[in-house]
Amino acid sequence: MMIDIMLYILMSFSFLCFIRVLTGPTMADRMVAIDIFGILVVGICALLVVKTGRLFLIDVAIAWIVLGFIATITLAKYLTRRKLDE
Amino acid sequence: MNSISIILLVVGISFDLFGCIGLLRLPDIYNRLQSATKCVTLGTCSILLALFLHYGFTSVGIKALLAIPLLFFASTVGAHALIRGSYKYGIKLTNKTVVDHYEEVDQ
Repeated sequence: MMIDIMLYILMSFSFLCFIRVLTGPTMADRMVAIDIFGILVVGICALLVVKTGRLFLIDVAIAWIVLGFIATITLAKYLTRRKLDE
Repeated sequence: MNSISIILLVVGISFDLFGCIGLLRLPDIYNRLQSATKCVTLGTCSILLALFLHYGFTSVGIKALLAIPLLFFASTVGAHALIRGSYKYGIKLTNKTVVDHYEEVDQ
């Protein structure tokens, strides 16, 4: 019951991140909000492991961390206008 | 769940709340990233530590413990690269900025 309430709270925080995605003036603002949303999803996956008992969801969380890191680094290199293999 | 796990979960969710409020309220991208990355990273690390204390030294607990330094280093390095990239791209600082040391260093 308590885990359910915490899950709903974290989902409402991810909707707050989507407000910033919709209203962000620049592209970097939207990318920051997507990055923060990815970190929140890791917390949601960790709570879902406790709620549902499906143990593979922690692997989903670890993969999400690495994918978010790669996406952030790629956009940072795009913003500096350099080549990716530099 | 034991009581230490519940306390860590509540602390983590409150840090997530502060990070999301900072993401919505602060004026420009540098302040937003500074607030949101630190608070949300610490909150999610606290949730993962609560998961480790709940499961102990099983496979899930060890994976949650391994995810903490991975998330910590990935989030901070990504935020630093994104700040540097957006400064080089030319996104303006807010009007209330007092000092900008990076501009002096860069010349």
